[in-house]
Amino acid sequence: MKSIPENLVCFNTFEADESWTYETYRKHGGYDAWDRILKGELSPEQVIEEVKASGLRGRGGAGFPTGLKWSFMPRLQPVQKYLVCNSDESEPGTCHDREVLRKNPHALIEGMAIAAYAMGATIAYNYIRGEFMEEPVPRFELAVKEAYEHKLLGKNIQSSNIDLELHTFVGAGAYICGEETALLESLEGKQGKPRFKPPFPANFGLYGKPTTINNTQSLASVPSIIRNGAKWFKDIGVENSGGTAQFSVSGHIERPGNYELPMGTSFKDLLELCGGVLGGAKLKAVIPGGSSVPVMPAETILGCTMDYDSLQKAGSSFGTGAVIVMDETTCMVKVLRRIARFYMAESCGQCTPCREGTGWLYRMLTRIIEGQGELEDLTKLVEIANKIEGHTICALGDAAAWPVQSFLKHFHHEFEYMVNNKGRSIVSVNDEVTV
Amino acid sequence: MSDDLIEIEVDGKSVQAKKGQMIIEATDTTSSYVPRFCYHSKLSIAANCRMCLVEVEKAPKPLPACATPVAAGMKIFTRSPYAIAAQKATMEFLLINHPLDCPICDQGGECELQDIAMGYGRGISRYNDNKRVVKDKNIGPLVSTDMTRCIHCTRCVRFGEEITGVQDLGTVMRGENMRIDTYVEKSIDHELSSNIIDLCPVGALNNKPYRYSARSWEMIQHETIAAHDCVGSNIYAHVLRGTVKRVVPRENEAINETWISDRDRFSYEGIYSDERLMSPMIKKDDQWQEISWKDALIEIVEKLKVVEKNSAAVLASPNSTLEEFYLLSRLSDELSISNIDHRLRMVDFTDQLNDPKIPLLGMNIAEIENCKQIVVVGSDIRKEAPIIGHRIRKAALSGAQIGIINENINEYFFDVAVYLSESIIGNLLGLLSALNGEPPEEMRDIFKQIKPTKEQQKLAAILNSKDKKHLILGHLAINHPYASVIRLLSAKIAELTGAVLGFITEGSNAAGGHLMGVLPHRGFAGSSQEIIGHSISEISENNLDLLLLFNAEPGKDIPSLSAEKLTDSLVIALTPYATENYKTTADIMLPIGTFAETSGTYINCEERWQSFSGIANPVGESRPGWKVLRAIGSLLGMSEFEFESSESVLDEISQRLKDTPMSNEINNFSLQNKIKEKDLLGTHLVHRVPMYEVDSVLRHSASLQLTPEASRSDST
Repeated sequence: MKSIPENLVCFNTFEADESWTYETYRKHGGYDAWDRILKGELSPEQVIEEVKASGLRGRGGAGFPTGLKWSFMPRLQPVQKYLVCNSDESEPGTCHDREVLRKNPHALIEGMAIAAYAMGATIAYNYIRGEFMEEPVPRFELAVKEAYEHKLLGKNIQSSNIDLELHTFVGAGAYICGEETALLESLEGKQGKPRFKPPFPANFGLYGKPTTINNTQSLASVPSIIRNGAKWFKDIGVENSGGTAQFSVSGHIERPGNYELPMGTSFKDLLELCGGVLGGAKLKAVIPGGSSVPVMPAETILGCTMDYDSLQKAGSSFGTGAVIVMDETTCMVKVLRRIARFYMAESCGQCTPCREGTGWLYRMLTRIIEGQGELEDLTKLVEIANKIEGHTICALGDAAAWPVQSFLKHFHHEFEYMVNNKGRSIVSVNDEVTV
Repeated sequence: MSDDLIEIEVDGKSVQAKKGQMIIEATDTTSSYVPRFCYHSKLSIAANCRMCLVEVEKAPKPLPACATPVAAGMKIFTRSPYAIAAQKATMEFLLINHPLDCPICDQGGECELQDIAMGYGRGISRYNDNKRVVKDKNIGPLVSTDMTRCIHCTRCVRFGEEITGVQDLGTVMRGENMRIDTYVEKSIDHELSSNIIDLCPVGALNNKPYRYSARSWEMIQHETIAAHDCVGSNIYAHVLRGTVKRVVPRENEAINETWISDRDRFSYEGIYSDERLMSPMIKKDDQWQEISWKDALIEIVEKLKVVEKNSAAVLASPNSTLEEFYLLSRLSDELSISNIDHRLRMVDFTDQLNDPKIPLLGMNIAEIENCKQIVVVGSDIRKEAPIIGHRIRKAALSGAQIGIINENINEYFFDVAVYLSESIIGNLLGLLSALNGEPPEEMRDIFKQIKPTKEQQKLAAILNSKDKKHLILGHLAINHPYASVIRLLSAKIAELTGAVLGFITEGSNAAGGHLMGVLPHRGFAGSSQEIIGHSISEISENNLDLLLLFNAEPGKDIPSLSAEKLTDSLVIALTPYATENYKTTADIMLPIGTFAETSGTYINCEERWQSFSGIANPVGESRPGWKVLRAIGSLLGMSEFEFESSESVLDEISQRLKDTPMSNEINNFSLQNKIKEKDLLGTHLVHRVPMYEVDSVLRHSASLQLTPEASRSDST
C-alpha cells in the first residue's frame, strides 16, 4: 500500500497530547494567518482570491465553492453583516466536525475570524448542535475564551481596526437546523423551518442582514490555506476538489473512525487504511457521503476516487464524506426503512410533499418488511420519491428521495424478493442492521 | 413601457409585469389560473403548500409561483405537462391525510381544496395506510375546529402574526405531527379573529354558530352593510329561505379590505333572539296585551295629537337608517317637538352650537395608513371601530408614530410611540403647552400651572413635522363630561400641527343623524333652530309627558334614562326587542325590524352613502322602521308623506340636500362649559360601553356574549 498523507489540514494538531489548546495550535503555525491580517498584510480581496484559488468547496454536503460564496456578500454595504458557522452536524454517519470542535477548535476560530474579516462581518456565531453539549461545546467555548485572552477577538483587535465578536449558540438537536436558513431561524429564536429562496442569506440572512453560513470543516480549512498558500492546498487534492477531506467511516469496517485524507484518494485505499470490511466479509454497498446521498453498489464504488467529480460521475455524491460501509449480510430493505424513518422524523413539516411524502415512504417500506407489501408498491415508492424530489423549499425533500430512488435502482431484486416472500429478507441474517 | 414594468411570457402570451412582483401576481392578471392554498394577497408569502408550482424556462425544478420574482423575458408555463405533474403531485400529498369528509363538512361546496382537487386530484387514492387524526381544539364560541382537515397552509397563523398582531395560533411539532395549535389552551381573542374562518382554505376552521345549519349552495348571497360602527364594512349576508344564516366580508379596499370584525360577522344571531318583540303590545292595568297594528297606530297617533309639545321627546338609536332619521325629523317638525336626539350617551352639550355639520373622520379610511403621525384621543379604538384600529396598526407597521391619549390603558399590538394616560384634558393642555400653543380664554389660569411632562414633549416633537397626520377623537372623548373642552383643545392642537381632526362616532349612522337634524339644536342639513330642545340629560331629569323611543333602550342605549325616571311618562317604544327595560318603562311597544329586515342607507365616517335592501324575512309581525314612521305620519294627516319605498324617501332627501355644503369643520367657538378647575384635570368616569353591548342587536347575539371579550366586559 502506498503511503497516504494524513491529517494535513483540519486535524493537523491531532498528534499532540492536548491538541485543543492555544499553545498546541500556535506550535503548529496557528494564528499566523490571522496575525498577518491583523498587521494589515492581507486585504479582504486577497483573502477571498486566495480561498477561491485553493479550490475549497463547502464541506457541509452541497460542495459549493467557498471563495465564490464569500464574494456574494455585499462587503461594502454599511450594514451589520454576520458570519455563521454551521456546526449542526447531523447527517447520519457524519461525525468529523465534532472532531474539529473537540480537538482543534482554534483552527475553526481562526477560520471564522479570517472569513468574517474577508466579508466585513463583525459578529460571528457558531451554531453547534445540542447533542454536542458534553464535550465539543465546552472545548470550543474554552478556545474562544483563550482567543479573547490572547487578544485575537473583540473590538479593535490589537489596534487593527478589525472587530469581531464570536458567540457560541447551542441548538436543540434538529437535523433540519443544519439547513442554513432553518439554522438562521433557529438562531433568531424561531422554529427551525427553512426559508424559501430568494432572497438568499447573502442579502437577507440573520435578522434580515447579509449573512454567510459556512460549514465547520470549510472554515477550519481556511487558516492552512492562507498560511501555506492556495497552491499548496489545491495540490493536495485533485482537479475540482482542492485540499483534504475528512471521512467518517462507519458500518461494517475493521477500524471505523475519522480520517483526514487528500481529496481524490481512491476508495480502495480508504478501505485498506480502515482495515477492510469487518471480518473480511464481502462488500455489498457503500453510501459515500452521509445517508442522504445515493447508495453505490460495491463494484461501482471500488472503481471510484473519493472526490466531487468521480462520485458524481458514478451516480452519487461526495456529500459530507461520511462513508457508510455495508457488507453482504446487510438487508437493503431494512437499511432503507431506517433511513426513511429518519427523514420522516426530521421533516420540519412546512412543505406538503416532504411532510406527507416522507411518512408515506416509511409506512410503505414498513408494510413490505412486515410481509404486507405488493409488487406495485415498488413502483409507487419510486414515484412518490420522484414527486418529493425538487418540489420542496429545502433539500431535505431531495435527501429523503435519493436513497429510495437509488436503493430501488441498485437493489430492486432484494425488495422484490421480500415482497414475494412475505417479508423474508434475501440475506439470511435477519438481525437488525445498524447504520 | 415605464421603468418598473417588464415583459414576461405566460403560457405563450406576452404579459407585462411589475419588477419585483411574484409570478402568481403576474399570472393572476391573465386568464392563467395557478392553483394555490398558502398564498393570500393580504398575507406574507409562505411558499409551503407547493400547489402553485409552475414550469419556468431554464429552471432546473418547478418553481413556486407565489415566491418566485418575475424577471425580464421569463417564460412561464402554468399548464405544461411538467407544471401539471408537479401540481398533481402536491394534490396527491395533500389528500392522503385529508379525511375527505366533504359530505359532513360545512366547507363543502365552497372549499378551495375540494375545488382544486376536482382539477388536480386523482379519481382514486393510492394511499392505503391509516390517515392521520388530529385532536380538535376549543378556541372559543366563534370558530369551530376540525383539525384533521387542516392542510397546514398556515394562513391562520400568519393572520395572527401579521394582521391582528396576536399570535393566538401557531404550529407545534414537526413533520407529519405538525399541527396548528394554541400554545396554551385558550380562546382566540381579538376583535378580528374570526376572519380565519374565511382564510382557512379547508373546513378546519369554520363558523361555529353557523355549524351544520345550512349548505352553501342552498343560500342566497345578499350584499349589505354592517351596522355596528361608523365604518360601514361591506358584507354579504347568506340567507336561507328568508333567514340570515351567516355573514361574510365583501371585499372593499376602500373600507374593510377583505376583513370584518367579529362583531359584524356574528351580530346577525341577534335577529333571531328569543327576546324579539313579535307583535305590537300595549300595557293595560300593568299587564302587557297584544294589540293589532291598526289599533296600536291609532292609539299612538291620538296620544301624539294631544301631547304638550314641550313635554314630548323623540330619541333614536344612532344605528337608525338615514330614511328613518329623516322621517323622525319630519314627524318631529310636524308635531313641533324640538326635544329630539340620537346622541344618547353624550353628557356635555355645552358647545353643541359649534358642532361640525356632520362629524366625520376627516379623511378616507384607506388614507389612515398613509399618515405618518396619528394621535388617538379618548378612544378604545380597537373596540370602537375595529377596522379603523386595523388601519392604524397598518400605519404603525409601516413606520407611523402613534400617540394615544386616554384615561384607560388599552392594549395595542403595535408600537405606541407615546401613551399619555390619566387625565385627557391634563395631557392635552400639557401637549398644547409643549407646542407653545395658546389656551382658550377661559383656561388661562389653569394653563399657567401646566408644565409639559417629558412624554407630552415627546409627543409634541413627534407632531412637529410636515407629514400627513391625523388626530382622532373617539367615543370616550365624545361622551366625556368635558367633551367640549377636549374637542376645543384637540382642535387647537390639530390647527397648530396641521393634523386632520376626525371623529369616531357611535353607531353606524351618526353622520346621518346629524345630517337629517335628529338633534335638539339643528334641523335638516344643519339648519339652525329657533327653539333649542332639551338635551338627553334634561329629558332624563324633566319627567316629560311623552317619549317616543326609536330602538333606544332606557338604561342601555340611554344610560341617563332609568326606569324610575319614566314612571310618569307615556313611553312609546319602536323596538325589535321586548327587553325587561322596555317592559317596565314603555306603555306601547311596536315591533320594528333589525338592520337585516329593512332597507335603508347609512352614512359612514368618511361620508360614504351606502344603501342596502332588506334581506331577511321580518321576524313575527315586525315591520321596517321607516314603514311604521310613515304610517304614523299618514295617520297624523301629514302631506307629502306617502312614501312607497325607502328609495323614495332617499330621493326626497337627496333632492332637498342638493348643493348643501357639508363640512367636518368646527365653527370658531368660545367655551361654554363652566370649568371647575379641580375636576377638570382629574380622571372622569365616562360611561364605557363594552363592544358587544353597543346596540340592541349585539346585546342579543348569543355567541358574541360567550366570548372572553364579553366576559371581560361583565367584570368591569
